[in-house]
Amino acid sequence: MLLGISLLVFFLMNLAPGDFLTPIKAQRDISPEYIASLEKEFGLNEPWYWQYALWLKHVAACDFGYSWSYKIPVTELLAQRAPATLLLSLCSLVFSWLIAIPLGVVAAIYKGSIFDRATSWLAYFSLSLPEFFLALLAVYFAAQTGWFPTGGLTSFDFEFLSLAGQLKDMAWHLVLPTVVMGVGNVAALMRVMRANFLDSIRAEFVTAARSKGLSENQIMFRHVLRNAINPLITTLGFSFSSLLSGALLVENVMNYPGLGQLTYQAFLREDAFVVLGAVVLGSLMLVAGNLLADLLLAWSDPRIRHEK
Amino acid sequence: MKNNLFRQLVATPAGAGAFLLLAALYFAAALAPFLAPYSVSEQDLTRTYHPPCRLLWKDGRVHVQLYWNKDRTASAYEPVAGQTAPVAFFVPTQKNEKILGFIPCAWRFFSVEHPARIYLLGSDSTGRDVFSRLLYGAQISLSIGLIGICITFFLGICVGGLAGYFGGIFDHAAMRLTEWLMAIPGLYLLLSLRSALSSKFSDSGQIYIMIVLILSLLGWAGTARVIRGLTLSLRNRTFVQASEALGQTPWRILWLHLLPNLFSYLVVSATLSIPGYILGEAALSFLGIGIQEPSSSWGLMLSQAQEMKVFMLNFWWLLTPGAAIVTTVILFNILGDRLRDIVDPKFRMTP
Repeated sequence: MLLGISLLVFFLMNLAPGDFLTPIKAQRDISPEYIASLEKEFGLNEPWYWQYALWLKHVAACDFGYSWSYKIPVTELLAQRAPATLLLSLCSLVFSWLIAIPLGVVAAIYKGSIFDRATSWLAYFSLSLPEFFLALLAVYFAAQTGWFPTGGLTSFDFEFLSLAGQLKDMAWHLVLPTVVMGVGNVAALMRVMRANFLDSIRAEFVTAARSKGLSENQIMFRHVLRNAINPLITTLGFSFSSLLSGALLVENVMNYPGLGQLTYQAFLREDAFVVLGAVVLGSLMLVAGNLLADLLLAWSDPRIRHEK
Repeated sequence: MKNNLFRQLVATPAGAGAFLLLAALYFAAALAPFLAPYSVSEQDLTRTYHPPCRLLWKDGRVHVQLYWNKDRTASAYEPVAGQTAPVAFFVPTQKNEKILGFIPCAWRFFSVEHPARIYLLGSDSTGRDVFSRLLYGAQISLSIGLIGICITFFLGICVGGLAGYFGGIFDHAAMRLTEWLMAIPGLYLLLSLRSALSSKFSDSGQIYIMIVLILSLLGWAGTARVIRGLTLSLRNRTFVQASEALGQTPWRILWLHLLPNLFSYLVVSATLSIPGYILGEAALSFLGIGIQEPSSSWGLMLSQAQEMKVFMLNFWWLLTPGAAIVTTVILFNILGDRLRDIVDPKFRMTP
C-alpha cells in the first residue's frame, strides 16, 4: 500500500511543470557539469517510472534523497519535524479522549437532562467548525489576550532555558494547537461514546448484574464502560488519518514546525523528495496507528483475542 | 416519494428553518450583483481596514455614519460627529454584470454617493467591501458543494452500482481501488493533485472547475462503497431477478430499478457530504492554492485574515467569512440529520 501511495505521489509530482533542479539551474555559480551529474544520478532525463525505481532503490538503503530548499538530507529533515507532529497528534488524542469519555458517559447516564442536551448541541456546533477557522480564532484569542503564544513550538530563548523550563515552554506552546485539533475529535468521540453507552445499558448483562445486587457505580464503570469503549478504540485508527490532515492546516496557521507545514512548504517549492518522504512517513504513521488500534482492541476485548 | 420526503422535512421546525435559511443563502449568492453595493475587486486604498459602518435613521431615511482615518499606520478610524451620507436604494449602475451569468442587472439594491463608501462589514487590506466579497464568494463556496456532489454521485453510482451488481473481479478491483484511495490522508492527496493539475488550468473559471474535480475525485470512494453494499443487498431481491428474467440490460436495471430504491439514502448522504466540499474548497483557498485573487471565496478571504496586523489590531470583521462557513455547514448538517431521521428512524440521535 505504501508503494502504491508513493507511486501515485511520484507520478503526480512528475506531471507538475519543472523539477527540483529548476532553481539550481537558475543559479549561475553552479557548473553545468554538476547539474548534468545530478540529473544522471536522479535519472531526471529518464521517464518517470524509471525515476521512481531509482528513488525506491535509494529508499531501500534508507536514503530518502536530498532536500534542495533546506540543503540537508530528507531523512534528517523528517527526523526533525516528525516528532513535533507526533507529539501534537498524541496530545490532542489524549486530550480528546480524556474530555470525550467522561462527557459521553455523563450524558448517557443522565439522558435527556439539560446537560445531555447542552453537550449534544455543543458537539453539533464543534463538528461543523472547520479546523483552520478554529486555529485562526485561537491565534486571534492569543494575540488579543496575550495569555498564550501565537504560534511555534518554542520561544526565542528556548536554548537558554533549563530542562524544566524547556518542557514548560513547550507545553505552553502546545496548549492551543492541542485544543484546536482536539475539539472536533472530542465532539465526534462524545457522540459515539454516548450512543454506545446507551446501547450497553440496555444489554442483558446489565440486568443480570443488577439482579446480582451490584452497586450502580460498579455496574456503570466495570461492566457498561468496558463494553462501550470498544468501538471507540476502532475509531482510533481513523482519527489518526483526520488528525494528519488537520495537522496540515493547523500547523500552517499556527506556524507549528511539524510535518504538515513542511509538506506544504516543500510542495510550494517543488521539493519532490521532501514531499515524498513526508507523505510516506505520514501514511506509515497511519498504518501504525491502525495496527495500534487493533492491538489495543484485542487487549481490551477478550472476544476478539480468543477468536480464531 | 420525493414530494413526501420534502413535506415531512418542512413539517419539523428545525428542518423547515434550516431549509429556509439555506435557500435564503443560495438566493443571496445568486443575486450577488444586485445585492452587493460594490463589485468583487473595487478597491479604495485610502480606506484600508475600515470598520463596519454604523447605520442611523435621520430625516426619514437611512444614513450611514462617516469616518476619518485618525492613524494611517494602525488604520484607526473614528466617526465624524454629525456627518452622515444618505443611503439610496435601487440605484442604477453602469456596471454590466449579470445575475447567474445571463440576466443583466443594471441596478444595485443600495449604495451611497461616490466619495463616501458604505461598509456593512468593514473593508479589507485594500479597502474592498467585505460584505460584497462575502456575497460574491458565496457564489463559489456554495455552488462547489452542489456540483461536486453531482460528480461524486455519478462516479459512485457507476462504480459502486456496477461493482455490486456484477461482483467478481470487477467488484474486487473496484473495492481495492477505493480502499487505497481512502487510505491516503486526504489533504496530502489534494495537494499533490493540485500541483499536478496546476499547469493545465490558469484562469479563475478553470481553477474553479479543477477544484471541483479534485474534490469529487477524492470523495467518490466512500460513496461507491456504500452504494455497492446497498446494491449487493438488493441484488437478490425478487424484483431484480424478475427484471433480469425479462431480459433487461444491467444498465437499465441499475438506473430504473435499483436507483429509485437507493434514492432516500442518496439524498441523505448528499446533504451530509456537501459540507465536506465547502470545507475542502475553503481549505484549499485558505492555503492559497484554490481560488485566486481577484476572485473571492470564503476560504480565500479567511487566508487574508491571517496577518498579524489583523490579530493585533482587532479587525474582527475579517473573520466573518469563517462565521459564514460555520453557519452553512451547520445548516446542511441539521438538514441532513432531519432527512435521515425521516428516512431511517433507527439512527435518531435524540429519542
